[in-house]
Order: sequence, then C-alpha cells, then structure tokens
Amino acid sequence: PSTSQVQRGLEKLTAAQVDQKTAEVVQYILVKDQKKIPVRRADLVKHVIKDYRTVYPEIIKRAMQTFEQVFGLKLVEIDSKNHMYVLVNNLDASTARPSNPKMGLLFVILSVIFMKGGVVRENLMWNTLKKLRVDPGYLEYVRVPHTEPVEYEFRWGQRSDMEVSKAQILEFMGQLLEQDPQSWTQQYREAHSTASSSQASSSNHR
Amino acid sequence: MSRELGDGHRRFLQTLMAVGITDEQEARALYQHCCDTHTMQCIPDKLDDFIEAINSRLQPMFMQIRKGMSEENGRQYYALVNMAETDITRMTSDYADNELELFRKTLDLIVSSENGKASSTDILNSTDTMTSKKLKKSETEHLLTRLVQDNWLCERRGEYTLSTRCIIEMEPYIRTMYQEQVKVCHICHNIAFQCQICENPSCGIKIHNPCVARYFKGRVEPHCPACDDFWPHEIPGTNETSRYQNNVLYLL
Ligand SMILES: [Mg+2]
Ligand SMILES: [Mg+2]
Ligand SMILES: [Zn+2]
Ligand SMILES: [Zn+2]
Repeated sequence: PSTSQVQRGLEKLTAAQVDQKTAEVVQYILVKDQKKIPVRRADLVKHVIKDYRTVYPEIIKRAMQTFEQVFGLKLVEIDSKNHMYVLVNNLDASTARPSNPKMGLLFVILSVIFMKGGVVRENLMWNTLKKLRVDPGYLEYVRVPHTEPVEYEFRWGQRSDMEVSKAQILEFMGQLLEQDPQSWTQQYREAHSTASSSQASSSNHR
Repeated sequence: MSRELGDGHRRFLQTLMAVGITDEQEARALYQHCCDTHTMQCIPDKLDDFIEAINSRLQPMFMQIRKGMSEENGRQYYALVNMAETDITRMTSDYADNELELFRKTLDLIVSSENGKASSTDILNSTDTMTSKKLKKSETEHLLTRLVQDNWLCERRGEYTLSTRCIIEMEPYIRTMYQEQVKVCHICHNIAFQCQICENPSCGIKIHNPCVARYFKGRVEPHCPACDDFWPHEIPGTNETSRYQNNVLYLL
C-alpha cells in the first residue's frame, strides 16, 4: 500500500485498534523467535494482520519501535526475496550476565556425568533430564552398543567441552556438598590438567 | 504511566525472557548487573520500581513481569507473563485443542484436590470425559512430559502439581474460572494449592506449606492463627538446601 492508502486506512481505525494489532504482531514475532523460527511476512499477514493489510507498514513500524525501545531487539529481514524476518539483539552480547551456575540444572547433570567418570546410563539420569530443557549441543545422548534391551548413555556435548570448565564444576560440587573439591582426587586432576581447564569459565547466551 | 527505558531495563527483560522465571536473589543480582554494565544508578531497594518501569512499557503488549511465591520452597520469584484476555493464552501456540482440554482437566483435578496434586492415574482417567478428540494413553503420557518440560507442571512420583511459573501466570485465570473452589492462604493471601488446612470444621483456613514453616517456626505448640485450635499437621522444615543436597547425593 502507498503512503496515502496507509493514511486513509488509519483514518478508519481507532488508536486502540492499531495498538491492539501492534501488540498481536509483537507477540507473534516473540513466540516465533523463542522457537528460533524466522517469520515469513506472508504468514504474518495471513495469521495476524488479516483485515489490517492496508495499514501493514504502519503496524510493522510500530512493532519495530517496540522491539527496539522496550526489548532491545531489532527486527531484520534475512531473506529479501521471501521476506523472512528474525529478531537480533541490539545490546552488546559481551555485557550479558553469565548464567548463575547454582540455578542451572544442566550444571548438576554435567557434574553427575563428570563425577561418574564421564558417562552415565540413562536410567540414572532420566528423571532429572525430564525436568530440564537442555540446549542442543550441551549433552550427548547415544546408544550403548550391544545391549538388549536397548540402553542409552549421556556424555558432555561439544558445547559443554568448549564453554564449561571442569574446575568450575568441581567448585560447584564442593559448594553444594560442602566438601573440598580436592577430595575428589581423580576429577580434580582432570579438571586442572592443561587440556581440559583452558576453556571459558562462563558462557553468555540469551 | 509509561516511562523511558534504558539498556539496563532492556537487558533485564531480555534475560527474563530467556529464563522465563527467576528467584528474587537472582533477580536482585541481575538488577545490579544491569545497572553496572549500563551505567545506571542501582538503588538496592528499588528493584520493584525498576520492574514497574519495564511493566509500564510492556502493558500495551499485554505482558507483565509478575512476582509470586514458590509453594515448594517459599521463596519469591519473578516471571514474565502474558495477560492477553484469552485463557491459557501462551499455550495456544504450543498445544492442540484436545491437549489444552486435558490441561484444563488437570487444572480441575488440582484445584479441587485437598493437597494441590493430581495423580497420573486420575489424569489418564479424565480423558474418558473429553469432548474434543480423545487422547490415547501414550499421547497423554507424552503430553504430560511436555507440560513438565515447558514448565507448566511439576512431577514427583507420579503426582503432578502446578509450577510456580504456571501459578504466577494463571492466577487471574484460575481465580475467575474457579471462584468457588479456589483456596487462599491465610498468611500471604495468595492463591494456595499445596497447603495445610485447619481441621476445625467451622474454620478451615488454608496455609501454604512454606508459610506454615515460617509462621510456626520456633513456636512450641502450634495453634491456628484464625480460630486458635491446635494445628494438628506436621510442621515442615524451612531448610531447603538439605533436600537439594540429598537429591544430588542420591544421583551420585
Ligand atoms: Mg539458553
Ligand atoms: Mg515456552
Ligand atoms: Zn501463603
Ligand atoms: Zn482454624
């Protein structure tokens, strides 16, 4: 729609109607973003914009303002042919707060695997895992060869190897169980060997 | 009134969006972090004002950062909730109609129970009265797993309770839908599911387990704060760390 068409369209709507539609667009895009699904303009128009097609440019402009002013996010087109959009972070990633290890069940799970010598059978872990949404890459879940019935086991995933320090895990276990980390001699040695302790001590992600 | 936000506010909101819910201690630490990194003045007691500023800008989006207590450990939590007027709003994009019907039936069971819990057996049986496409046993089990993963329900030994996030987000919905049945804690006045009930039939007040622990702590003989009858229930401990430690030790 042209600028004058948008203008005429807006005159037919109340401010509350435009606000309501903007809110729906913002929510729709946030939900997609949470699931890491890019938003197609055609879907947005079909499922959310609906009868407000003529004022689409105004609605999207307001949604973008909201993302920037309230959420610190920017709506960007990643595919100009199919009109696909994603949200990117406007804030400096390096200033994100490292996640609190005490809050992370993932940390507990990684600890269990580490303390058990690097591998844990499924039955031991399953109940804990069910309560946890694990980001892909942090945990490896693989079939144990030659078992009947089939059994699975957990190991640290690549991202954990890169982003989580074993020394930090031991420190955490020490705090949790009120025990000196050095009392787990084998794990302490592994955690402080040069190869495994060189990784980042904390990970930032949103 | 809508207020101007800084990057500190935006950082706080982004972090809360990523984690969904956070306890008060972590929220305070995050507030401090946001102020430090974005050179804003951090006034220790003003976390709620800081959040109020964010809420003033979220309100037109029908979203809000809301505070509530965990029925498990009695601590305060902050959650980002959706307030759009349709019921069970945030779930409609994630769950099919018949799955939402079963969730509502689970809510019915939990609200009408004495202890704020619904057993997996009772939930499975409630599929018999579904009006939308009936869920099979395996589908119901899978759905329950998802509801736990998505942090709507909690599960312990085959019994389901509402998560803290779910209670914070759905409190207005539950108060509207279950006006007659809804229980309110005599101590903190919030909605109560897992609680103790005064056995004096003319009294019958409810108190959350953590509120019981706090209220009766150090009292030799517990009496009902409303009718003064003897409080016959076991007084739960306030120490939550030891239970957490036990769980970890059990795994090892
Ligand atoms: Mg994450
Ligand atoms: Mg979700
Ligand atoms: Zn209470
Ligand atoms: Zn009483």
